[in-house]
Amino acid sequence: MSMLADTPAQPIAFTRNAREALADAQLRRNFRGAMDSLMDKRRNQFPDGDELERLRAFGNRVRARALSKLPDVLERLEANLVRNGVQVHWAETVEEANAIVHDIAERHAAKKLIKGKSMVSEEMEMNHYLGARGVDCLESDMGEFIVQLREEKPSHIIMPAIHLNAGQVAKLFHDKLDVEYTEDVDRLIQIGRETLRRNFFEADIGVSGVNFAIAETGTLLLVENEGNGRMSTTVPPVHIAVTGIEKVVENLRDVIPLLSLLTRSATGQPITTYVNMISGPRKADELDGPQEVHLVLLDNGRSQAFADGELRQTLNCIRCGACMNHCPVYTRIGGHAYGTVYPGPIGKIVTPHMLGLETTRDLPTASSMCGACGEVCPVKIPIPSLLRRLREEAVRAPAAEPHHMRGQGAKHSKKETLVWKAWRALNTSPGLYRVAMYAGTRLRGLMPADIGPWTRYRSAPKPAARSLHELAREHLGEQ
Amino acid sequence: MNAKERILGKLRASLAGTTPVADDYDIGLVTDPWRYAADERIARLRRMLEAVHGETRVTTAAEWPQRVLEALAARGIDELLVSPATAHGRSLAEHVREQGGALRLKGYERPVEAWKDELFFHTPASLTGTLGGIAATGSLVLWPSPQEPRLMSLVPPLHIALLNASEVRDNLFELMHAQRWTDGLPTNALLVSGPSKTADIQQTLAYGAHGPKELLVLVIEDA
Repeated sequence: MSMLADTPAQPIAFTRNAREALADAQLRRNFRGAMDSLMDKRRNQFPDGDELERLRAFGNRVRARALSKLPDVLERLEANLVRNGVQVHWAETVEEANAIVHDIAERHAAKKLIKGKSMVSEEMEMNHYLGARGVDCLESDMGEFIVQLREEKPSHIIMPAIHLNAGQVAKLFHDKLDVEYTEDVDRLIQIGRETLRRNFFEADIGVSGVNFAIAETGTLLLVENEGNGRMSTTVPPVHIAVTGIEKVVENLRDVIPLLSLLTRSATGQPITTYVNMISGPRKADELDGPQEVHLVLLDNGRSQAFADGELRQTLNCIRCGACMNHCPVYTRIGGHAYGTVYPGPIGKIVTPHMLGLETTRDLPTASSMCGACGEVCPVKIPIPSLLRRLREEAVRAPAAEPHHMRGQGAKHSKKETLVWKAWRALNTSPGLYRVAMYAGTRLRGLMPADIGPWTRYRSAPKPAARSLHELAREHLGEQ
Repeated sequence: MNAKERILGKLRASLAGTTPVADDYDIGLVTDPWRYAADERIARLRRMLEAVHGETRVTTAAEWPQRVLEALAARGIDELLVSPATAHGRSLAEHVREQGGALRLKGYERPVEAWKDELFFHTPASLTGTLGGIAATGSLVLWPSPQEPRLMSLVPPLHIALLNASEVRDNLFELMHAQRWTDGLPTNALLVSGPSKTADIQQTLAYGAHGPKELLVLVIEDA
C-alpha cells in the first residue's frame, strides 16, 4: 500500500487515500469481517433497548455535567492528585507535552520507556519525539506492538491491528522476531508475551493513557484486558499518564455508568479483565509500584471545541470506537486512509480542532450522513450534526465573524458561493423558476454527458420533456 | 501565565454566563437491572467468570486449603507465592505442614527490585485474598497491600483468589457504597474479572496475554 510505504498518510490527501483503500480487496475483507464482529458483540450486550437508551442519556448527562464545570473539576482533580502524591503537568500543545515527558525522562536518565496504550501519546507522536532524543519507546499492548513492528500507525483506536489477519501477523513475527511461522493465534500471543516480558522490568519509565480521571478522589482509572497496562504502571520506577483535559469526571460514582457504556460499546464486554484505579505512587511500606506518578493534561485544540456550546459535545467522547465500528465509510476504507490519530466519525469531528480545518477540510465530507454513528454513540454526541456544522465552518468566508475554528473557510470558494446564491434566487422567485423549468425541459437535449465528479460514477441526469408543474397545471385545467 | 492558567482561563471564558448541569444521578439505572436473589448471586458470579475462562470452585473455610493443594498438584506446580502475614497465608502454611508433601511456600517480602527475576521467571502461582466480588460482571475486588503487593495477582501465570461468598455484592454501585470507597482509595484498587486475554489478532480470543493465563476463584461459602 503506497500510502504506508513512504510517509504516513496525511488528512489533506484523504480523497486519494480513500480511493486507494477502496481498491484494496484484502483490506476491505479484513475490515468487513472485523466490523461485523464488533457490531454483533455490542448488540449482544444491549438486549434491552430501553436500558440502553436510558443509560446513553445518563452517560451524556454525566459527561455534560463534568464539561459544564470543567475548570473547577480539573482544579479539584489536580488538588486531590497532588495530595495523593501524584505530580500534575499541563500542556497547551503537543510540543509542550513532549517536552514535559522528555524532561522527566532526562531527570531519570531514562533510556527505555514501555507503553501501556495511549491514543494521546499518538497525538503527541511521543515515540518519535523521544526516539529522536535517545529514549526508546516500546509498545506493550499486543495490537500496538504488532503495528509498531510493521512501522505503521494504529488503524483503530481500540484494536490497532484490526486491519491485519492472522496470516499477516504470522509472517510479521516470523520475519521480525525470528520465530517459527505459525498462524495459531494462541501461539502468536504467547510469542508476544515472552518477547515483551523482560521489557517490563528493563524499562525506566511506563507510560499510559487514562480512561477516566476522577476529581473527587484524585484517581486515574484505566481499563484493559491484557494486563500490560497494569504491568506498565506498576513495574517501572516512574509512571507517566497522559490524557486530554476533557477525560475527567467529578465523582467516583460517575464512572459506573460510563464504564458500563464503554466496555459494552467498545468490545461487547460486560467489563474488561482489569479495571485499574491508581491513586498515588508507592507508599513507604509498599513493595511494588512506581516511586513517582505523573499526569500530563493536554489541550491541543480541545479548548477550541469547548468554546462553542454545540461543538463542546465533541468532548463527551469516552473513546469507545463504536462510531467507527458502525460507519459504512470507515468499514470500506479502514483507519489509515484518514491519516489521523483518531479515524472514523469521532476522528472527523475532533481532528479539525487539533490540526485545523486547513489540513482536515475533507474529513467532515467523508460521510453519507447515514446517522449510524450518532445512534450508537454511548454518550449521545450528535455526530452527524457536528459533521454538518464543520462543513459549514469549512465553507464560511475565512474573514467572517465570529471565528469558531482554526482554518475557517478552508473550503470556501467564491465561485461556489455565487452558484448557491443563484440557486437560492432561482428557487425563491416564481417567475425565474418558471423560466428555468421551461428552459430545462425544452433544452434537455443540450445536457452534457460529462458533469465532472457527478458523472464519474453515474450517468448524466436527463430532464423530462415537461415539468411536473406543467403536467399538474394541465391536469387540473382539465378537471 | 503558565500553561495551566492559560488553559483554565480559556475554559472559564467559554463558560461565562452558563449554569452548570445539575447532578441528577440515577441510582436505579445502575442498580435495578443488576440485582440478584441471594441464591442466584454466587451462581451469576461464577457463570460470568467461567464465560471468560475463569475457573471457580465453591468450598468452605475448612476445605479450601486442600482445594489449593489439589489445584497445584493437578498442574504439577510445586511452589506458591503466598503471604505468611495474612490469616489465609497462615492457614495454608499450617495445612501444608500437616499434609507434608513437596509444596514450597514463599512470601513477597522484599521490594520487587530485589527479586524481579525470580518473580517474573520462577514463580508459577500465587494465592491472594480479595475484598469481595461483584455478581453483575463476575468481578473480584483486590486492594493490594504491603502483604499482598500489586504484582502478586498479575505476574505469576496462575492466580488463585479466595473470595468470601458473604462479601459478594450485586453490582459495582452497591459495592462502592457498602465499602465506602469515597472515604479513601488505596494506592491501587483493582477489579479482576478473569484471566488475561486479548482479541487483537483477527478478533480471535487468546488467553494469557500479559497477566495470568489462569484465574482460579475459590468461593468460601461459610466465611
